[in-house]
Amino acid sequence: MSGLKQYFKDSWEGIWTVLVGMKITFKHLFVPNVTIQYPSVRVPMPERVRNRLYVNMDDCIGCDQCSRACPVSCISIDTVKSLPSEDLGVTSNGKKKALWVTKFDIDFAKCCYCQLCVFPCPTECIYMTDVYEFSEYERGKLLYNFSTLTPEQAAEKKANLEKFNAEKEALKAAAAAEAAAKPKIEKPQDKTE
Amino acid sequence: MYEFLTNLIGNEVLAWIIIAALPLFVVILPYALVAIWLERKVSAHMQDRLGPMITGWHGWLQSFADVLKLLQKEDLVPAEADKKLFNIAPALVFTASYAAFAVIPFSSGFIGSGAEIGIFFILAVSSFAVAGILMGGWASNNKYSLIGAMRAVAQIISYEIPTALVVLSMVMITGTLSLEKISAMQTGYFWNWFIFGGPEWGLTKFLLIPFMLVGFLILYMSTLAEVNRTPFDIPEAESELVGGYHTEYSGMKFAMFFLAEYANMFAVSAIVSIIFFGGYQSPVGYLGDLFGVSWLIPFEQLFWFVAKGLFFVFVQMWLRWTLPRLRVDQLMNLCWKYLIPYSIANLIIIGLISLI
Ligand code: SF4
Ligand code: SF4
Repeated sequence: MSGLKQYFKDSWEGIWTVLVGMKITFKHLFVPNVTIQYPSVRVPMPERVRNRLYVNMDDCIGCDQCSRACPVSCISIDTVKSLPSEDLGVTSNGKKKALWVTKFDIDFAKCCYCQLCVFPCPTECIYMTDVYEFSEYERGKLLYNFSTLTPEQAAEKKANLEKFNAEKEALKAAAAAEAAAKPKIEKPQDKTE
Repeated sequence: MYEFLTNLIGNEVLAWIIIAALPLFVVILPYALVAIWLERKVSAHMQDRLGPMITGWHGWLQSFADVLKLLQKEDLVPAEADKKLFNIAPALVFTASYAAFAVIPFSSGFIGSGAEIGIFFILAVSSFAVAGILMGGWASNNKYSLIGAMRAVAQIISYEIPTALVVLSMVMITGTLSLEKISAMQTGYFWNWFIFGGPEWGLTKFLLIPFMLVGFLILYMSTLAEVNRTPFDIPEAESELVGGYHTEYSGMKFAMFFLAEYANMFAVSAIVSIIFFGGYQSPVGYLGDLFGVSWLIPFEQLFWFVAKGLFFVFVQMWLRWTLPRLRVDQLMNLCWKYLIPYSIANLIIIGLISLI
């Protein structure tokens, strides 16, 4: 008999607990939403969020420290020495710029937003922004080019440097040649004199 | 309705075609779109969210957008699938749920078929869906689909027993299988509904009330299980089986399964409301009677019928977002150890009461 009693008790409990649950969900039907309508309403970002990086190229001296600090090697930097005749100006904290930064690429598909690249920068020109909506349909588009030089300009700078170096080499070679040739040439002169 | 159309168009074949297509375009499709939207809103608000808000006022166009999206989707057939069965299955499942609408009396003016064996027909065609589900699960050649389909079959066949027993007890009282007649019996006010003991005044009416309540609960639970809704959705348990028997389906074929599910929800809600809650009968009398405009009555009846149906659909959604999914053994336990004994006892008691 107690089995039968238990059976009815179980059935009643089954129905009763469902009704209790339904009461709770019904109450929640009228609870104001706790979510926000994201694209039109946004939660303000906290102060030190880590999102997409930005590089202020005016201040970058091309020292490559950020790239070396990066644990996933997603920053790639190429630099070209400036010619003595060129003046690149100084950074906002007074460092003299000596290198043309011909390439400054950050691949945000690889970046893990660890911020390790930000601390070593001597001029504080690489930093985190609060931009977090930058998804793309193609992964290649996540490769950001920060360099202010166009490829032509970069090529030109490179060519300039090569020309300059070549000229220097030529001068050096000429000087060396001169140094080497002088005694030979001078000796016969001596003889003739 | 049929005579009216035949008179209007003057062509019997055309009238039949319109009659056959009408429930689909006038009732099922718009209803499914509304129900899907409703489901999203109900689920969202029960979880303190808002649900779709972008497409139209509170996102009411979301289902249309989804239909458009599904229409554009590629129709994939798995390479190793049994192509013929794979293609037939969704049509079969949809046909089964669509067929049930043939005998449902929407109002006294719109009855697809006033078949004498209406409720029996519905029980028969709803088990027809089992074939489609098993076919789809088998033909997909996918473990999840097959497991889902097997579960669906076990579940639907088990839960048909309590459904049939409750329906049987109602047939004993009403003495008819025709849904139209059952609805017509409960005319008048809401205390004439069978949940309140039926239209005949007397001792029997009051004796019947508790057993009607039990019958209603059993019928509601078992029909809920038959349409594979949570908490009885183990055939398509998302977290266990990906999508169950429709895992491999995409595009319009998936949409057909989806449509069939929502059509089924309304069909079983309609059956519950016809058997226990007076079908298309108004609970409080008609405006048409009050003002003496008799053409208004069928429309009012349609309104009441749709309202009752949607209410039970809403309760189904409500349950879905309240209860967690049952385990397979719990599901069988509930059916064989609780619902069936109760429905048999209910059947006997109602039989005895109706002898008084
Ligand atoms: S945030 Fe981290 S991963 Fe990203 S570029 Fe800087 S160091 Fe590399
Ligand atoms: S550490 Fe700063 S200055 Fe140096 S290359 Fe990186 S961004 Fe430029």
